[in-house]
Amino acid sequence: MKSFLKGMLAAVPIVIGYLPIALAYGVIATEAGLTVREITMMSVFVFGGASQFMIVNMMLASSLYIEIILATFVLNFRHFVMSFAMMHRLKEAPFFVKLVLGAQTTDESFSFFSLSDVDEDRDYHFFLGLFMAGYLAWVFGSLLGGFVGLLIPSKLGISFGVSLYAMFIALLVPAVKKAMRYLWIAVLAMVLNYSFSLVINSGFSLILATLLASTLNVFKKGEV
Amino acid sequence: MPVLLLVSLFLVTVIPRILPAFLMDRMIIPKRLTWFLEGIPYAILGALIFPGILTVVQDRPWIGVGAGLVATVLSLVRVPLVLVVLLSVSVVYLLL
Repeated sequence: MKSFLKGMLAAVPIVIGYLPIALAYGVIATEAGLTVREITMMSVFVFGGASQFMIVNMMLASSLYIEIILATFVLNFRHFVMSFAMMHRLKEAPFFVKLVLGAQTTDESFSFFSLSDVDEDRDYHFFLGLFMAGYLAWVFGSLLGGFVGLLIPSKLGISFGVSLYAMFIALLVPAVKKAMRYLWIAVLAMVLNYSFSLVINSGFSLILATLLASTLNVFKKGEV
Repeated sequence: MPVLLLVSLFLVTVIPRILPAFLMDRMIIPKRLTWFLEGIPYAILGALIFPGILTVVQDRPWIGVGAGLVATVLSLVRVPLVLVVLLSVSVVYLLL
């Protein structure tokens, strides 16, 4: 229990990071016509910042449901890779713990997990606390955002529409600084997505462009 | 928002996350497949940014692009994600 609480305390930077983004999501989702209940339920069940922004955006663009579902699957597939790496280090943990931690895999929780050691000080209770705090911050932040979205003037609501792109850019830039190859992959995806979107539905265009541009990474030479 | 859509979205996000808990530790993913999977986040981020960013404000694509450039510069100098988001929103608000 003690290390569970320690984990929740250690989550403070993650919580501070989630809250405004969850708020922004709530505001945008209100603009897209979702009810506060729908906004909150989506955070409870999907728990993915980038995905939820994308889902709301695609709903605004009246994409087909199958497109939204496929694009969400593709966008979230990276969590499989992250969870896979986590499970490798959680070999000793009970199955239930693996299940709970796995279900709460996010880019942020995974980064925190992979940067810290699993030892007596930070056992799996610690990570349960850490992951749970992030999850609660996300759900309550979006609930709050749903209410805020109903109150703020539409000019501000429209301005919040840029927040998802700002978030995507802020996620992409540090990665590109690590290896230029990622920049070429991203740029290729942009060009492909733009070209495809002229002829096919935007959701399918997104998926196709992503899968094609990712194959560029298969031809990387040597390590990293 | 139909319940069926919400349930489907739940399934497509939760399955990749919990599947590794069921898999044997020995399971090995071929190297080239790992590389492909590694590339996905960068590709989809690129595809999500463009051309979508042109549509932030209807009929005024430059506002989105301008805010995007601000976000890029801020990220390059390691401004935290939260601030990047809030400052970009302010840029759009001022340009509107």
